[in-house]
Order: sequence, then structure tokens, then C-alpha cells
Amino acid sequence: MSLLKIEDLTVEFPTRRQLFTAVNHANLSVKPGEIHGLVGESGAGKSTIGAAVMGLLERPGRIASGEIKLGGEQISGLDAEDMRGLRGKKISMIFQDPLTSLNPLFTVREQLTETILTHIGGSDADANNRARDLIDRVGIPDPDTRLDQYPHQFSGGMRQRVVIALALCTEPDVIIADEPTTALDVSVQAQILDLIKELARERQVGVILITHDMGVIADTTDRVTVMYDGKVVESGLTAQVMGQPKHEYTKSLIAAVPRPTLKLHRFPQISYGGRETRFAIDDMARHWPTVDNDSSKPVFEIRNLSKQFLLKRGLLPWDRTYFTAVDDVSFDIQAGEVFGLVGESGSGKSTVARMIAGLYPVDGGTIKFNGQLVSDLSNKAVQEEYRRQIQMIFQDPYSSLNPRMRVDEIVAEPIRHHRLMEGKEINRRVDELLDQVGLGAEAGLKYPHEFSGGQRQRISIARALATQPRFLICDEPTSALDVSIQAQILNILKDLQEYLGLTILFISHDLPVVRQMCDRVAVMKQGRMVEIQDTDDLFANPHTEYARELLRLMPKLDDLSTDGLGLES
Amino acid sequence: MTETVETPQTAPNSRFAKFWDGDFAWSFRHSPVALVASLVVVVLVLAAIFAPLIAPYNPFDPATLNLMNGFTPPGTPNAFTQETFLLGTDDQGRDVFSTILYGLRISLFVGTAAVVLAMIIGVILGLVAAYYGGWIETFIMRVADVQLTFPAILVAMLIFGIAKGVTPPEYRNEMAIYVLIIAIALSDWVQFARVVRGAALVEKNKEYVQAARLIGRGSLPIMFRHILPNVLSPVLVIATISLALAIIAEATLSFLGVGAPPTQPSLGTLIRIGQGFLFSGEWWILFFPACTLLALALSVNLLGDWLRDALNPKLR
Amino acid sequence: MFAYIVRRMFQSVIVLLVVGLVAFSMFRFVGDPIDNMLGQERTQADIDRLRTELGLDQPFPVQYFKFLQGAVQGNFGVSYRQGRPVSTIIAERAPATLELAFVSGFLAITLGIALGVFTAIRRQGIAANVIMTVSLIGVSLPTFLIGILLIYIFSVELDLLPSFGRGETVMIGNWSTGFLTASGLKALILPAITLGLYQMTLIMRLVRSEMLEVLRADYVRFARARGLSDRVINFRHALKNTLVPVITITGLQLGSIIAFAIITETVFQWPGVGLLFINAIQFVDIPVMAAYLMLISVMFVTINLIVDLLYYAIDPRLRVDARAT
Repeated sequence: MSLLKIEDLTVEFPTRRQLFTAVNHANLSVKPGEIHGLVGESGAGKSTIGAAVMGLLERPGRIASGEIKLGGEQISGLDAEDMRGLRGKKISMIFQDPLTSLNPLFTVREQLTETILTHIGGSDADANNRARDLIDRVGIPDPDTRLDQYPHQFSGGMRQRVVIALALCTEPDVIIADEPTTALDVSVQAQILDLIKELARERQVGVILITHDMGVIADTTDRVTVMYDGKVVESGLTAQVMGQPKHEYTKSLIAAVPRPTLKLHRFPQISYGGRETRFAIDDMARHWPTVDNDSSKPVFEIRNLSKQFLLKRGLLPWDRTYFTAVDDVSFDIQAGEVFGLVGESGSGKSTVARMIAGLYPVDGGTIKFNGQLVSDLSNKAVQEEYRRQIQMIFQDPYSSLNPRMRVDEIVAEPIRHHRLMEGKEINRRVDELLDQVGLGAEAGLKYPHEFSGGQRQRISIARALATQPRFLICDEPTSALDVSIQAQILNILKDLQEYLGLTILFISHDLPVVRQMCDRVAVMKQGRMVEIQDTDDLFANPHTEYARELLRLMPKLDDLSTDGLGLES
Repeated sequence: MTETVETPQTAPNSRFAKFWDGDFAWSFRHSPVALVASLVVVVLVLAAIFAPLIAPYNPFDPATLNLMNGFTPPGTPNAFTQETFLLGTDDQGRDVFSTILYGLRISLFVGTAAVVLAMIIGVILGLVAAYYGGWIETFIMRVADVQLTFPAILVAMLIFGIAKGVTPPEYRNEMAIYVLIIAIALSDWVQFARVVRGAALVEKNKEYVQAARLIGRGSLPIMFRHILPNVLSPVLVIATISLALAIIAEATLSFLGVGAPPTQPSLGTLIRIGQGFLFSGEWWILFFPACTLLALALSVNLLGDWLRDALNPKLR
Repeated sequence: MFAYIVRRMFQSVIVLLVVGLVAFSMFRFVGDPIDNMLGQERTQADIDRLRTELGLDQPFPVQYFKFLQGAVQGNFGVSYRQGRPVSTIIAERAPATLELAFVSGFLAITLGIALGVFTAIRRQGIAANVIMTVSLIGVSLPTFLIGILLIYIFSVELDLLPSFGRGETVMIGNWSTGFLTASGLKALILPAITLGLYQMTLIMRLVRSEMLEVLRADYVRFARARGLSDRVINFRHALKNTLVPVITITGLQLGSIIAFAIITETVFQWPGVGLLFINAIQFVDIPVMAAYLMLISVMFVTINLIVDLLYYAIDPRLRVDARAT
């Protein structure tokens, strides 16, 4: 007997140009105690289903057809007051960002008891006891003290536990969790997912887990529904869908997921919906200045690097408090290799990258590039030459391109700045670059907002390659992208290394991606470098406890289908 | 048939067509309030610019004045001279319609000049504060904070008072307009500086600014080429609302007698003059300038309100 | 907590010193006080004597220090125009302005917040839209025009309320109040509405936009998802978060009521410090200007201090930061 049943649901958003169908005749059902994964790439309509069930569709969205039934009773089309009675009591929701989903001005106790009293009633004392039990149950230590604290006094993971307690406090039948761990670190993610699993079993709650992450689906869910462009393309038991996908889209999606176990030469690109774009590496390689990579000498020698940030400003030195972001880090990067830097948020990996890029001044230590000291930002002549040799690809394709500049201006800016070419030659070069990254020269006349995330990242790559650099820093270049787009971009980066002989510093929190991309890896923790190894050795035989822990928490993707990975040949 | 006509029309000027079809222009075309308000503003601005051509009389040419025409009600012939004036005349026989046109000129000139000046000061200081940070930012924003605690109108009055103290009496009337512009501008730059700083702090940390620094661009190109264009929309909103405030501030100062001199009357001065006759029944001397002022300020405010919504679509 | 207050007070004192410097510089450099105080028939001996008497022969820092010393004791010298001590003149006039400001400030805050909340919650409603449109007219209508309009309707046409002055006043100690007589209260109505209306529309529009912002926040969506009632969401969760920014701006608005009183007092010939100030500007009566400047900056600084304390009471995040230091 299913608890929640969605039948033939269609959700539409009328805009002034057209009627946008966010969800198109979708079917889905959840049983008590079952975790049902809803997976798809951005824009697939998975979050819209969650909002429709809650009756919280943003204007002007509306349910155009279909039914949502909870325990046999129809709940779609209820009026606002009846729906409010259901929300919280029968169905509850967990949002993505625990930082913003709690009211900052009320204590945890106030927010909990208020919800309990609204739906269950009873005395204040009862509500308080219940709140305390829940906080204890979701694994927050010292509940009596913690109850009277404000949300900002909790860490991200603890806050998400509070959010879960709030969602559970009235014993709902169904919980909708919309990307509940996307904003969290891997280690915290594993704990939160375990908690959700436990609670679902224990209280026989049906959970709809909305996520873009195949790892989360494979590890956590019992059943899964795959969505593409508003439609359900495949649905079934998780093991079955992940192990033997039937639909072409599911196959392409699973094939694009980076595996931690085996390293592939290139990601397979099974195109679905005509989204594959060409990358003309041969054209590019033909005009690229060839430099023999001398493997005996490192490109970068980084010694005793450290960086502190001012946390609190003060007039007097002893009033100031500092945060040590990078603490005595030393390593070399060899010519032509992809060097990985991994760690959780706050580990200092991006700070290291930004110091190498010259975006932050170093507080201590030295950076040498081809034997030349480059960490002294005041030496202008060295800096100019150095900046031509290094380029960077940023994490967020939506903010790394100036929205008010035309694409051809963006790509031409480094060329103009370094005065590498003049006049018409620049235009020709920009057209060529845009063509080579697969966008076509006509893309230069548009503005960044007219492109998708993956296309923007290609523009970023074109800009980075404009000065024909020797060294590329990639700071989480694909963590904001869908998995199929990620595969394309990672393939491009592999091409750049292989054909153009670029040296790449690759920063990521995603271990499977690092496994696929990097020759050597350094692991960072709280500003310190804890381990450097060849990638294969690190994954096979980590030396430190921390690296072992990270690998243990990494989603195991053993159950995923290996169709289309080209392993047969 | 319609297709063959339409395609060649949109093709050549596709930039304009894109803009015209964009959300911004669309929301303008579909907002009756914005359309009417901008129409009123355009009419008033044109009337002010071409005042010497439109106005039937030159109210500041003593030769055309006839004291016998004093206090003629609107639209009715004067008892002595039989002359008719559209909006009547004031105590000295000046045509109210003409004085409004000339007054509008002064009001709009002072308001616009003050806002432009305030915008230049505020945008530059706001950008500099956000970009450089440190003690420069602390200093600029502290000054802004302190000044903000003092209402704009009071700051303008003080500056006016000080200027009056330091300028020799014979230049006071000539200087009055410029003193007024500077006084209003200096009281208004804080708004721009705060908004620009706030927006620029957000933009500064975006990755495209880091990308520009990575290329090796200097501070000035990054500030003005990269950051500035991205903070212009809130500036535009503030500028529009500030224009309405500046026009009201000017009228208020002139009304209080510390603004435009009687030799160059603005709308505020006209209202000040008209106030004296309101209670004796000559209502038109006050009424028409007041209506013009209200129409101007209201239209500009409506435009500003609409702009804020249009540039910030999530607000709706 | 204590450290926080001390730091804020320290900042306030610096602000006052800076304003004092501005006021003093005006005093010292704008116009020649000797010129102003002595008529056309003066001798060099008179000038020298007055110069020594006023301490103008001493170095600048000494003069500034003396000015501050005097200011602390409420001594701002003698009005050029009236020839009486400025402190006496201001003490006579202050009650009128303060009573007016208090009544209109009270009106502006209570009505402004209530209407702001109403228009934010009933965003699509007809009443809310009418109020918003009218408020825009209110913002576009200069204060002095509102005053003239009210006088025309209620004094000239209907002859219900007085058009100028304070009516009868009663002395309580040194304080002359208009609250205790019928004519005093009647005289207060129009000026208070005039002064309060503009501030009220500003506060209302501010509360509305802040509240709309808060109503879109994730924690409000989460509160809705937990099935809390609209009343709890609007008046408990949203309103409290709205108040944080609103308090700052409202504090500033209250300060500007004192300044805008200048306009209202001119229109209604209300015998307060604002009218005194506007006359002082016209006659370049520097001591009065300087004293007025110091007086209202003390008020602003006090209001700001209260605002900071309220902030502290409402926002727990601030409390923890303050404790950490």
C-alpha cells in the first residue's frame, strides 16, 4: 500500500512567451519506511514535484492535471487552510541550505515547541519534553544546553540535524528532502544521510530524496525515479535501475559518473538529446608553441607557504584575531602533470591556488616558477611575464564571466592586455578560439547570460587559453555543473594536458573526479598538507588516518552499471 | 503576407529588436503607470527646455509687465486691460503660465545638476571604498555614516548658510543657484556611495573580477571597466528617486527663502510667493505651480518605483 | 554587553567632537562676528576690546577648547541678532519643537509600521494597492505643500483649527507645554500631521519592502512547510526579522523629524527652534546656527545609541559577537 501517490502530474509555469511545462505527466509512489530517490540534472523538474506535493509552488506555477494522494486521500487542489493543516503534520520538508532555513532570531527550542504546539497541542511542558527527545534523537550532544541556543551557534551539519528534528517533530508520514546534503562536506553528508535512513526505518516515514548526485542515490535509496526534461524516463528498485539501466538517458547519466575504482582514459560521452559538443584539440595543437617538458626539473617549487586572514579588525594589534588558512605547505609540481589538491571546505586548498595565481599575497614562504621567484608581487616585470604563463578556470561559470561584457571582449581581454596581437588579428584569434572550444565564432557576439553553464565553462577555457599559457589552475571547475556536462569539461582538460603539454593544478573536493583526473594528489586538512602520493597509490594505500577516512566516506559506486564505459574492448 | 513584411524589419537592427523584445522593455511597454509617468516627465522637460519659445510672456522683462494686470484670475479677462491669461497673473501682473515654465527650468536644472554631481561623487567614493577596503573604506564610510545621521535638507541648509556667510552680498543672488546645486549634491552623495559600495563588495568577490586580476589588469580598469557596469542598475534607481528628492529639496529650500532668489524663481519660490495670496482668495498663484511641482515629483517617483521593480524581478 | 555600550558611546563622543569642530569653524571663520556685533560706528578700541572679550586673539586650539567647554555647559555665546544668550533663547523655544516632534514621531512610527505590515501581507489586495499609491503621492508632496493644503482646508475653508502658533501654553517649571490646554492641543493637530505624514509614508514603504524581502527567505518557506499559521509566520517570524533593519532607518527618520520641523514650523509659524534656525540662516546669526547644530547632533547621537541598544536586544547574533570580544 503506497503512502504517497503521484499520478499523471503536470505542472505548468505560464510565462509571457510560452507555457513552460516543468513537470510532464509524472508518476511516483512512496511506501512507508521507504526512501525514494528522485534524480535528474538541473531543470529536470525534480524540485518542482516536491513543491507541488507541499502545495508550495511559486507563482505563477500551477498543477495543470493529475492527482497527488496521501494515504488514499487526494491532497492536490485542497484549499490553503486544509493544506496548511497537512503541512508539517502529515508531510514535512527538508531544504538544501541549513544556513538559511532556520530563523536566526529564535532559539531552537522556540522553533521546535512552536511547531509542536501548532499541530499536536498539549501543554508547554509536553512540547518541551518532546523537543528535547527529538534533539537527542537526531544526535545533537548536550540537548539541554543546545536547545536554548540560536541557529548561528551551530555548525552546518548540526543545523541540518536541527532542520531534520523540526521536520520530524509532528510525526509526519512523508518527508520531502530537497538536496539535503548538497551544501555539506562529504563527511557530514554521510552522517546526515545515515540519520535520514535510520529515521525512515524506525518511524516508518516515507521519504522523497531529491538529488542530482548518483552516489547519494546508490548509497541511500530503495527506489529511484529518473527525470529528464520534466518527464519520468525510468523508475524502479535502485539496484536494478543503477545496475541495469534500460533507458538511454539513464545509461548516459550513469556512464558519465566518475568512478573511484578504475581510471578511464576518457569519459564516455553517450549523447542524449543532442547535447554533445565538439572540441577541436587537433586544430589547437597545430598552432601551439611546443615546449619540451623537462621532467627532471619541477615547474613549481612551493616552500613553507602560509597565509593568515584577519577575522576581526582592530585598531591595536592585540585586538585583532587571525585565522590561519594555510600553514607551512610545501610541494613541487612536475612539468606536464595534473597535480590534485583535495580537502574539505576550509582546508585551505583554494587559498593555496589563489596564492599561486598571485591573487592573494603570501604571508610566508616562497613560490618558484621555472626557478624564478614569483611570490613577490611587487616585482612587476616578473609578474607580467608570469601572468601570461598561468591561467585559471574558476568554479562558478555564472560568476566567472563579466555579465556586461560581450563574449568576444571577454576572450580578447588577456590578448589585449599582454599586447600579444593587434587589430584584426585579435578578432581572428578570438573567433578561432571560440570555434575550437566548440561554440563557433558567432558566439562572440552574444553575452554570457545567453549560454548554459557548460557553454560558459567553455568560454572560460577559451579565455584561459588565449595567452597560450603553460600552466592551468582549475579550482573545482565542474562542481557547479551537471554530471554529463562535467564529463565533457573534464575530457577537454585531459586533452589540454595530453596534446598541449599543459601542466594543471586541479583542486577538488570530489575524490572520484580527482581519481580520474590527477597524476599525483595532495590531501589538505585545516591548512596543512597531510599527505602527497601518486593517485593510484593514495587510493590503494592511504598513509594517513585522515585520507583513509575521506576514502571511506566517499560514495561507493560499485553497484553502478558499467555499460558504455568501453570496458569490453 | 505579414511574415514577408516583418522579417526584413527586425533583421537589420537586431540589437534594438533584442532590447525591445527583452524583459525590461516589455515590462515598460506593459506598465501604464510607467508610460504615463514618462510621458509627463518628457512633456515637462521639453516645456522647460523650450520655455522661451513656448511662454507667451517673458516674466523677467520689466517692459512687458503691466501692474494693472495684477491678480487676473485664470481664463477671465482683466477688469482694466481686458487681457486674458490662461492661468491668471500674480500680484505684479506676471503671467503665471510663463513663470511656471521658467520656474520649471530652474527646478529641473538644479535638481538634475545636483543629482549628477552627487552621483559622480558617490559612485567614485563608493567604488574606491569597496575596492581598496582597509582604512580608506573605514574613513569614507564613517564620514558617510555621520553625514547620514543629519537629514539632507539640514545639511543643504547649513552649506547654504555657510556659503551665504562667505560670499559677498553683491554676488549672493548670482551664486545662489550654484550654491543650491552644491548644497543638495553634498547632502545626497551618501546614498550613492552606500549603494555602490554595497553592490561593489558583492561584485568584487565574484570570480570574473579575479579572472581580470589574474590576467594582470590594474585597479582602475577593474573598477571602471569590470565592476562599475555591474553596479549601475541600483545606481539608476537611486538616481531617479534622488532626482525627485532633489527637486523637492530645492523647492523646500526655496520655499523657506534659502534657495533660488526672487530674481530667478524656481517652483518653490513661486509657491512661497503664492502662499501669501492663498488666504485672500487668489488661489491660482499658488495652485498651478504646486500642481506642476507635484506632477513632476510624482512622475519621477513613479518611474523610480517602476525601475526598481523592473530591475529587480524577484521583488514581484 | 558593557564593552559594547562603552564602544558605542566612545564613537558617539567622537562624532560630537567632529560636529563641534564644524560648528566652531563656522563660528570662527564664517563672517566676522565683530562686524556683526558692532554697528557702523565703531572704533579700533571697541574692536580690540571685543576681540579680547570674545577670546578671538587666542590660538585656534585654545579657542576650540573654550568653545567645547562652553558648549558642555550650554553656553554658546550671544545671538548677533537678538543680543541675548543663545542658551536662553533655545531653552525658551525647545519645548515647542520637542512636543511637536514627539507627537508626530509617535504617529509616524505606529501608523507607519502598521500600514507597512498590512501592505506587505496583503500585497495583492485592493486596499494595500490604494495605500501604496497614496503613499507615493505622500512622498512626492513636499512637506510645506501638505501644510499649506491642510491650512487651506481646515483653517480657511472649514475654520476648525488654528493656522498658526501654539495656542495657550502652561508653564511647568521652565517647560512651557501646550498639552494641557484645549487651544494648545487644537493648535498641535495640523502641524503634527504635516510633520508626521511624510515620515510615516517613508517608514511604511520601508517596512513593506523589508517585510517582503523577509517573507521570501528560506526560513519563512520552511516555516510554511512546517504548517505554521499565517498569523504566526507574519507576525512572529517575519515581523521580528523585519524590525532589525527597520529600527536603524526609523532611528534616522526620527532624527530627521527634528530637522523637518524647520519646514513645518515655518509654515505654521510654530515658535520652536526650527523657526529660530531658519531666521538665523537668513541673518547669518552664527552662534544660533552653531548651537542648533550641536543641539540636534546630541539628539541624533542619543537616538543612534538607543537604536544600537535595541538592535542588541533583538538580534542574538550581535550578542554573541559582543560577548566574544
